[in-house]
Amino acid sequence: MKILVAVKRVVDYNVKVRVNADNSGIDLANTKMSINPFCEIAVEEALRLKEKGLADEVIVVSIGSRKCEEQLRYAMALGADRGILLETDSTPSSLYCAKLLSKMVEKENPGLIILGKQSIDSDNNQTGQILAGLCGIAQGTFASELTIEGGQAIVTREVDSGLQTLSLTLPAVITTDLRLNEPRYAKLPQIMKAKKKPLETLSAETLVAPFAPQVTTQRVDAPTQRKAGSKVANVEELINKLKNEAKVIS
Amino acid sequence: MNILVIAEHNNQQLSSATYNTITAALQLGSTDIHLLVAGHECAPVAQQAVKINGVSTVLVADFSAYQHFLAENIAPLIRDIAQTHYSHILAPASTNGKDVLPRAAALLDIEPISEITSIISANTFTRPIYAGNAIATVTTNAPIIAMTVRGTAFDSALTSEENVATIETISIQHDKQLSSFVNEALSLADRPDLGSAKVVISGGRGMQNGENFALLEKIADKLDAAIGASRAAVDAGYVANDLQVGQTGKIVAPDLYIAVGISGAIQHLAGMKDSKIIVAINKDEEAPIFQIADYGLVGDLFEILPEIEQRL
Ligand SMILES: Cc1cc2nc3c(=O)[nH]c(=O)nc-3n(C[C@H](O)[C@H](O)[C@H](O)COP(=O)(O)OP(=O)(O)OC[C@H]3O[C@@H](n4cnc5c(N)ncnc54)[C@H](O)[C@@H]3O)c2cc1C
Repeated sequence: MKILVAVKRVVDYNVKVRVNADNSGIDLANTKMSINPFCEIAVEEALRLKEKGLADEVIVVSIGSRKCEEQLRYAMALGADRGILLETDSTPSSLYCAKLLSKMVEKENPGLIILGKQSIDSDNNQTGQILAGLCGIAQGTFASELTIEGGQAIVTREVDSGLQTLSLTLPAVITTDLRLNEPRYAKLPQIMKAKKKPLETLSAETLVAPFAPQVTTQRVDAPTQRKAGSKVANVEELINKLKNEAKVIS
Repeated sequence: MNILVIAEHNNQQLSSATYNTITAALQLGSTDIHLLVAGHECAPVAQQAVKINGVSTVLVADFSAYQHFLAENIAPLIRDIAQTHYSHILAPASTNGKDVLPRAAALLDIEPISEITSIISANTFTRPIYAGNAIATVTTNAPIIAMTVRGTAFDSALTSEENVATIETISIQHDKQLSSFVNEALSLADRPDLGSAKVVISGGRGMQNGENFALLEKIADKLDAAIGASRAAVDAGYVANDLQVGQTGKIVAPDLYIAVGISGAIQHLAGMKDSKIIVAINKDEEAPIFQIADYGLVGDLFEILPEIEQRL
């Protein structure tokens, strides 16, 4: 079985982002970029399935500019077998990404497609679900546990009320939650080795004719800042203020 | 303008987020709001739904394959209904809504919008991005606008004693047999719901273990509060996953949020910074949580919590 993993290049999660001066977006000049943390978990899960003998190839795909090669190389340093860059200079919408990935599903015929549940930049949490819908296959979103048994994927999902376990027919789309696993680190020899692994570049526009995005961003604003509060000296003062100043307890 | 709202429920009870989503539908200016209750043996839910002010029709799709709200079966149902005559499809931005709505949008070949926090016009909305460090204003020209709605950003819709809506039975049945329900481990609902509680008290890594959460529970009992947690506390196994507050957990905006032994990482703040009053209890006076706290108390939580409990 092949596993296809989608990885996105995003601002590193430690960076405190700033809205740019003309309110058109986020100021990304000279910002540290990394693999989206949820995508890293997706790569790790695919590698673990391969190590258990449940998969024989892990293919990583990224959509975006040439710079995404960095994230593909990183995923290959962790252990992915090969990478595919679907190159585009535009900012692709979730729907366009899902359509591109569905082409890859047609071409590679994977048993599992693993994506992060959301990317920490646009925070959409939708590409995996759209992909599963376009392909007409099962989806296991927000996964915190995944096993393959008798040709089914058994996936435990983190839901608002607790945990839910589903059994999915393969092929299936899985989107990862944070507690699915703890990703490994890439070691230097593997980073060197990854430079020689196959990385194919395809033109996104040739694969799926671009279409005008339906959802467009008009402007981006900084959130309203909370005004800094004050320190209280002790519990007595705290309770007194909550009762008489804030009036949130009685 | 006809709006389809997807009800969230457990076949017995409508979720509170459904009521918030209906308020969003009303703000869009619609007078014709239809609420889809898809489930199995879900008549009690339909009975609650017909009493919500603003809803004109409750569409009930009662079918065994809809029992667990599996996206593979519910998405084509939403597509079939939405295609008829709706301008918008709204669902709560809960784990259910986020699971199903994007899939339904894919079947309609439209691009969904995730977790809106305000409505500027019928096709323009705001939504947080970058863990709430920026707010995007987005416009869509999709033929049908499909979006999830952040519950804490909209008030709960009001209800009447009398039935205000009529029930219509939907006979569309989809059973794709792509997925099946195995089991679930639901948290005990012995406290107010985290997403809608007026007071939330959350513990972080500073709590040291799960047993120590009893210190928070005693205070929660007195304040009728929900319990929350940081990711670090959930990852360490102190408490269940459904208590996580933050960018990737639940979004809360209570009147009072008390953060105990939580440092205040941006991913945690994303889930609670719209609370009315924030209290932080932390032994490190430099902890970032103090930058957004209305009242900060520097000290050892193991001394402070018992004293709070005693003084309440
Ligand atoms: C992609 C991604 C998504 C994430 N999503 C979330 C999310 O949804 N929610 C979330 O919470 N986090 C999330 N995180 C994790 C986040 O970055 C932080 O790691 C996490 O919030 C830290 O939890 P904490 O504050 O409990 O722990 P710490 O940062 O370790 O803080 C513990 C605090 O306890 C204090 N303390 C210790 N002992 C005592 C004592 N005796 N008395 C008083 N104070 C004490 C310490 O001073 C410290 O400030 C995410 C991270 C990533 C990368």
